[in-house]
Amino acid sequence: MSDTVTSETVIEVSGLGKQFVKDAVGIVALRDFDLTIAQGSFVTVLGRSGCGKSTMLNLLAGLTTPTSGTVSYRGRPVAGPRTEVGYLTQSDTLMPWRSVHKNVELPLEIAGVPAQRRTEHAAELIGKVGLEGFERHYPRELSGGMRRRVSLARMLAGDPETLLMDEPFGALDAQLRGELQAELLRLWADGGQTVVFVTHDIEEALLLGDRVVVLGPVGRIVLDRPIDLPRPRDADELRIDPEFVALHRELTAALREGAR
Amino acid sequence: MTAIQTVRLDRSWWGRHGGTATVWSLRALLVVALLVVWELTAERWFDITFTSKPSDIWTRLVQWHQDGTLWSNTWITVQEVVYGFLLGAAAGALTGFVLASARAFYQVLDPFIMALYAIPKVALAPLFIVWFGIGMSMKVLLAAATVFFLVFLNVAAGVREVDRGLIDAVRLMGGGRRDILVKVVVPSSMTGLLTGLKVAIPYALIGAVIGELVASNRGLGYLINDAAAQFDTAGVFATLVVLSVIAALLNLVVGLLDRRASRWKPLGEER
Ligand SMILES: Nc1ncnc2c1ncn2[C@@H]1O[C@H](COP(=O)(O)OP(=O)(O)O)[C@@H](O)[C@H]1O
Ligand SMILES: [Mg+2]
Repeated sequence: MSDTVTSETVIEVSGLGKQFVKDAVGIVALRDFDLTIAQGSFVTVLGRSGCGKSTMLNLLAGLTTPTSGTVSYRGRPVAGPRTEVGYLTQSDTLMPWRSVHKNVELPLEIAGVPAQRRTEHAAELIGKVGLEGFERHYPRELSGGMRRRVSLARMLAGDPETLLMDEPFGALDAQLRGELQAELLRLWADGGQTVVFVTHDIEEALLLGDRVVVLGPVGRIVLDRPIDLPRPRDADELRIDPEFVALHRELTAALREGAR
Repeated sequence: MTAIQTVRLDRSWWGRHGGTATVWSLRALLVVALLVVWELTAERWFDITFTSKPSDIWTRLVQWHQDGTLWSNTWITVQEVVYGFLLGAAAGALTGFVLASARAFYQVLDPFIMALYAIPKVALAPLFIVWFGIGMSMKVLLAAATVFFLVFLNVAAGVREVDRGLIDAVRLMGGGRRDILVKVVVPSSMTGLLTGLKVAIPYALIGAVIGELVASNRGLGYLINDAAAQFDTAGVFATLVVLSVIAALLNLVVGLLDRRASRWKPLGEER
């Protein structure tokens, strides 16, 4: 990885393996996986469902322990979750008994931020994700897309320097997905975070990433290449850009090859 | 992005409460009709010694009200219900929390707990009489025994069914064991607790009255026994009226708890 001048390594994974035990058999979800993520980069990880993407992110986040191999964060082995890393999981994990505002506040509450500052900061984040007026609503009163936005705001409340995102916009309509992708890119451009973004959507991978990693079964890396499309990228213009079309074809082929 | 959209609804009093008002008037009508039919047919079709009649029951209530029998005995029963409920609920909630948090331990104890739960609590009455005499404490404990299990089982289920994803979310925010307990386990088992409290309320009344029926010299259960022994069916019915009023009031409390509990619940779980 030799993309930018400040290519300090944030996450380094080597020989990572994860096996689940089910009855008498072991299910291999990830095998011999290596990955290096440079600071400030936006890496999209593309793969079909069931190829071990969520398993990999759980390991990167320190939520689960690997069966083999190591994950290190800034040179130190990862033993558990850390607050520098924000993780937007594939499924919703908002507290159903907390209002939108209270949910967004939670990371600050745990960090021991005083109530006054907490309220202000949460209100600001809720505005950022476009949910003013919904502060007092409960998650069940929101649509799936709105819940995603609350989750996003909650993750940002912890002010993480690294973002792990697991198909965050997968279940949303195209319109809303576009809005949130733009919002994420804006946040990333302002904040300079490192992002690992998992998706099964080729277009999304190309639209967002500096670099795309295509996974085959059990996390085998089929393709790992930089994406040099100029930013800001506009979805509609990209679709007719020959470079994009070529990349799209390459990734489609890689996905198909990986399936074999 | 989508702004919140509200629409002003111009609804008259009748539009909002008309349905409820109709239902309640029909209910009142039904009660009145029943009482009238009972009163009119009592002497002609039935033996009044067995079925009594509304006017006699009313007379008995007024008489008991005047000589204080009604209030002193009701007060005893109400006290038993309240103490029994509080004792059972507190013990059940606490035990549920502690045992369900110790997963392996709970697994070992589970069959024993279910066996104890399955014992009809009336069957404990003789034992409680031997241990505590026929005073109020025996009824309180009988009520508490039923309440305990209902609250305990619901709280334990709530604690064990805590969503793993929510715990992980708190861990990701840098939360420790204490945060997980306070921010996730306790609130998520609150539904279980409220459900337990809700279903246990009527059982507290059942426990107390059964205790009084088995052995006592005070309380509404005693009043029923005493009246029945003297073939005073009006007295029996009068006591039953008082008991239903108490039950209705308790149900009102349940309704309040219910509303409190279901505010944030997923829509599918609402009925
Ligand atoms: N907790 C688990 N227990 C058993 N098998 C699991 C578990 N989590 C994931 N798996 C298996 O591991 C494989 C990869 O899953 P996952 O990482 O969720 O895939 P993806 O996120 O790419 O769709 C799948 O075959 C899945 O069935
Ligand atoms: Mg997944």
